[in-house]
Amino acid sequence: MAVDKKRYNMRISGLGGQGVVTSAHILGSAMDNAGKFASLVPFFGSEKRMAPVEAYVRASSEPIYEVGEVVYPDIIMIYHPQVITHGKSYTMPFYTGLKKNSLIIINTDVDILDPDDTKVLNTLGAKVVQFNATELAIKIAGTELATNMAMMGMVLGITKLVSKENIEKAVRERFLGNSFVASGGTAALDSAIEKKFKKKEELLQKNMAVINETFILADSIDLNTDKLIIKLNA
Amino acid sequence: MSIKNMTKEKNWSGQTMVSADHLLFEAPREKHFMTGSEVLKEAMKRCTVDASVSYPITPQSEAAHLIGELWAEGYVGTYFRGENEFGVMSSVAGCAMAGARTVTTTSGPGTLRAMENFPMWSGTRIPCQLVLMARGINSPLTIQPDNLEVSFLLETGCMIWYAENVQELFDMSIAAFIVAEMPDVHVPIITAVDGFFVSHTRESVMLPADDIALFPYNPYKAPLPPIDSEMPPGRFLRDPFVMKSNYISYATHASWQWEVRSAADRSRPYAKHFLKGLVHVTGDLDAEIVFVACGTASHQAKEANRELTKMGIKSKVVKLRTIRPFPHAELLEETKSAKYIFVPEFNIVGWLDKEVTQTLYGKSEAKIIGRPRVAGGMSMPVEAILKEVLENVKKGA
Repeated sequence: MAVDKKRYNMRISGLGGQGVVTSAHILGSAMDNAGKFASLVPFFGSEKRMAPVEAYVRASSEPIYEVGEVVYPDIIMIYHPQVITHGKSYTMPFYTGLKKNSLIIINTDVDILDPDDTKVLNTLGAKVVQFNATELAIKIAGTELATNMAMMGMVLGITKLVSKENIEKAVRERFLGNSFVASGGTAALDSAIEKKFKKKEELLQKNMAVINETFILADSIDLNTDKLIIKLNA
Repeated sequence: MSIKNMTKEKNWSGQTMVSADHLLFEAPREKHFMTGSEVLKEAMKRCTVDASVSYPITPQSEAAHLIGELWAEGYVGTYFRGENEFGVMSSVAGCAMAGARTVTTTSGPGTLRAMENFPMWSGTRIPCQLVLMARGINSPLTIQPDNLEVSFLLETGCMIWYAENVQELFDMSIAAFIVAEMPDVHVPIITAVDGFFVSHTRESVMLPADDIALFPYNPYKAPLPPIDSEMPPGRFLRDPFVMKSNYISYATHASWQWEVRSAADRSRPYAKHFLKGLVHVTGDLDAEIVFVACGTASHQAKEANRELTKMGIKSKVVKLRTIRPFPHAELLEETKSAKYIFVPEFNIVGWLDKEVTQTLYGKSEAKIIGRPRVAGGMSMPVEAILKEVLENVKKGA
């Protein structure tokens, strides 16, 4: 896995309510803050909890023209094991189109890839990072709602695309800036998250604490290993 | 907040009124990171909009909602929800005939439900703006981007512009009012983007400050006066020519059809100025491989152009900014060197391919290839475009 690429095409698959689109927006803003280029596209059907949601983030050091789904990703992030076990993704299997020597991050501490999957992924020279992002979110931020921050922190920790300052600015813009309306549902969810954290500043700090923790975990990863699956203890 | 609060310098929300040239070309700009829906709010905020009518349908709901916020914030004169899209487009006609600068948004099935209104709009020569966020219209029901619906709008007499990205949506939706309201044009305008690919895609954009805005629409400069039941267009809605069934009524219909289309044609010089050309060309100017595209497809074609350059293959992208009127002369000029013309599209029928083929018939020796074509909201990966190009060029060699 080369982590110094000029351009990353990321495909993020998760479930409605997990903040897939929100974290993709933050990721894109962080790239923008760093003076780089990013574009992101959300993809969903009916807007309901637990329904499949995908977001596609393109991050690059040069201008990006392409939009739409990322059909050939360099990085795949799976926010919920059901994406794999229940087929809740827009492509089946979830790694369809994965480029050679690419990265997969899965929110799980259970091995959910079957032998057919591991065979293909081994041939592609992929690296699969498995960690329980939800447990980490609960441990550090006190809520599973910060799962998306843990996932985003992990990918940024591994790729070092932006600095922590860039991320903090983006998180601040998202939650403390002008109210953003992704849809009625998202606005309602935002206010629910705010109530949970009482204060927006507290929300920001908890989110950053989760991201800091994932940066530490990411530093422990050796992508030059021969193993397909790299397991981290959250 | 009302029209009475206007002064010579400030509009009703206290913004300093400026020329379209100042707003679009001269005012200093700052970088923002926004979605297409958000940027449309920012554009309308700077347009001294009198009226907006809305109805929710994915993917334009958010844009409609955000224009509603502008009304709550005091920037838009009036805002209300229609009974359905047919009601919305009828209400838009009413607002515009009464002399209001009017905007609305819709998508896919909403467009089709409202269909009868679009030729009525152009026939009554109202300069309203529809921002169309294209969505699939097939069954099984889909919300995904697919621009088949645009083919249904091609012959409504309305102008149609197509924005490629978030930035172009901002600039185009401002210019749209100005060009549509020119007294010698004065026909409705549809500013189209691909749903999700633009409405929900977040990218960096350069925006002028929000304390400046366009001068309001002046209905007294219109070629048809604001609604009055004794004068057209009010008169011919109240008392249609068809009821007379005489020579004059038939002649009126015949000449009016030509006049509506001529009016749209007269927008060319204005569009050329405000859009900086009806087409936009990137890549190697003398290339034999030419992509002709609009909207998101031109985005994908530009990425393909970059990949082909890396392989040492020359190509260029001709992006069409206006679809109605169609930029015939520009397309002929820009495809002079072409041996292969590819028309990538996000719909199953290839409506742009038909337009291109019709324009170039008998005038170009290039092979016109209406591919790749994806439908139902599928993505068009650059890899698919490259495959199409390499296969055809290899065959031809």
